[in-house]
Amino acid sequence: MVLATATRPQAASTPPAPPRRRSRRSPGRRQEGLAGYVFLSPWLIGLMAVTAFPVLFSLYLSFTNYDILSSWDMLEWVGTANYEKIFTTDPIFWKSVRVTLTYALIAIPLKLTASLGVALLLNRERRGIGLFRSAFYLPSLLGGSVALALVWVAIFNGEGSFNSFLSLFGIQGEPWINDPDWALGTLMVLSVWQFGGPMVIFLAGLKQVPTELYEAASVDGASRVRQFFHVTLPMLSPVIFFNLVLETIHGFQGFTSAYVISNGSGGPVYSTKIYTLMIYDKGFTDFQMGYASALAWIFLIAIGLITVVFFSTGRFWVHYSDGGDS
Amino acid sequence: MTNLDASPIRRSTRPAADRRDRRTAVRTAAKHLGLILLALIMLYPVLWMAVSSLRPNDEIFRSPGLVLDGLQAENYPLGWEALASPFGHYMINSAIVVVGAIIGNLVSCSMAAYAFARLDFTGKRWWFAIMLGTIMLPIHVIIVPQYIMFSQIGWVNTFLPLIVPKMLATDAFFVFLMVQFIRGLPRELDEAARIDGAGHPRIFLRVILPLMVPALATTTIFTFIWTWNDFFSQLIYLTDPDMYTVPVALRSFVDSTVATSWGSMFAMSVVSLIPIFLAFLIGQRFLIKGIATTGIK
Repeated sequence: MVLATATRPQAASTPPAPPRRRSRRSPGRRQEGLAGYVFLSPWLIGLMAVTAFPVLFSLYLSFTNYDILSSWDMLEWVGTANYEKIFTTDPIFWKSVRVTLTYALIAIPLKLTASLGVALLLNRERRGIGLFRSAFYLPSLLGGSVALALVWVAIFNGEGSFNSFLSLFGIQGEPWINDPDWALGTLMVLSVWQFGGPMVIFLAGLKQVPTELYEAASVDGASRVRQFFHVTLPMLSPVIFFNLVLETIHGFQGFTSAYVISNGSGGPVYSTKIYTLMIYDKGFTDFQMGYASALAWIFLIAIGLITVVFFSTGRFWVHYSDGGDS
Repeated sequence: MTNLDASPIRRSTRPAADRRDRRTAVRTAAKHLGLILLALIMLYPVLWMAVSSLRPNDEIFRSPGLVLDGLQAENYPLGWEALASPFGHYMINSAIVVVGAIIGNLVSCSMAAYAFARLDFTGKRWWFAIMLGTIMLPIHVIIVPQYIMFSQIGWVNTFLPLIVPKMLATDAFFVFLMVQFIRGLPRELDEAARIDGAGHPRIFLRVILPLMVPALATTTIFTFIWTWNDFFSQLIYLTDPDMYTVPVALRSFVDSTVATSWGSMFAMSVVSLIPIFLAFLIGQRFLIKGIATTGIK
């Protein structure tokens, strides 16, 4: 990702600085610094009030028994009791962690594979590429909506249209969304169905691969498969990395489909109780805001750790053709 | 990596090339067929929803097919009136939130982006890194204290918690998108304006903003689609049925009708997706470009 900020020399109107010291205090610079903060002020206020303060406030709340129904005087510092309860006696926490991880570990790789595969197909195709791209991309815009989650309920319930379709071949289908073994699977299908987003990014990445590399490789007698592994994959690795990070963060944050399909319960038998649903439940159904904050902080730390792991392992397999971070 | 130096030797293989041509033709046809099939599977849920909204209730589940026997449009008026208010009421609520969010994002994100891309100030690198970090921050982590905050100042069941944060550039991906875009604009234009005596507000309004229309269009369309689809925060902040937006209203179909009337629910689902579909048709160019350059979706 592009992290390096531009550090080009600025302010042509300011007189050249004396050679000994960088002109930090020249009027032009100070003016520009002021203008910088003025332009940044809405974002800064937002960062402080709507992001940073709530993050810190939720850390504090996570050590209290706060619930929004009673007054602030009832608030008590409970130390690490919430965390202890979460890790030891909470009947749902570990189930939810397992459900979330299962969902992420299966749905994300499938989605990325599908998006890369279709992108490769479309990249070679010239005729009708725009039409296909639209058809594959559209679901990623619609898939997060309540409407599509309702459609999933209609397709994958016991009497749903998927089972009607199967019965044409004499197959007796499962009650999919009402079966603890299959409910999460239907959520995964819904997630993979939205592969259009990463696919478009892959398509853009594939366009960047210089065609000379393929020409040279085929002159050298490298097969299509070899070309894929030795040209396409290394050249595409920054894009793969980017999509992986993005889809992982996105994958852990799914809520709408799980909520709508399980009618808010995360059932059957907690089989679709993904982590965000558990936070919502504790905070906004049970109103245990302190407890929910503790859950949220565990979530934040977990996501932070995953991001760190990605970025620290990335250098071993992400290949930047210009030799540095672009 | 393999050694990619082009080898100078070329063998002429006419018959083999012929055979290869035929094989590639067959392969291309097969690939095309596969793509068409895949496109049909991908679009099936959407098409089936649209077709089912025109079927009588008892037929919906029995017919996985996409061919209609007759046209049953009555699901639409039924669905429109099925909830406490006509569905148009929820569409207007959603529209208010969406317009507020779009204006907020356009103004606040472009200002922040101008600062990050063009101005030099102390702590810029830090702020920029923090800005990138907030892209990864899940809303679920801050929703509890945010809710407490907004409920203390009486904003629950108003649209303010959904709009005001956008006025404060909390959608950091758009800041990032615009920073990337502004960096691509030639600096000579700013310099020229500055020599002509323009200050930063003038440069921003007269030089940069007109040039970054594509980035603003991308932001507009994505904000539109995301806000229209957003369920989580609208579910939390809007509990009064009168304030429901489209996603929350649509979800309440499941609770409100005793025996869920799938036909009218699908009819309203179709209605709820039409704006997204139109945004997609109109803004496809910007959508594809936008995600291709920054990877947002």
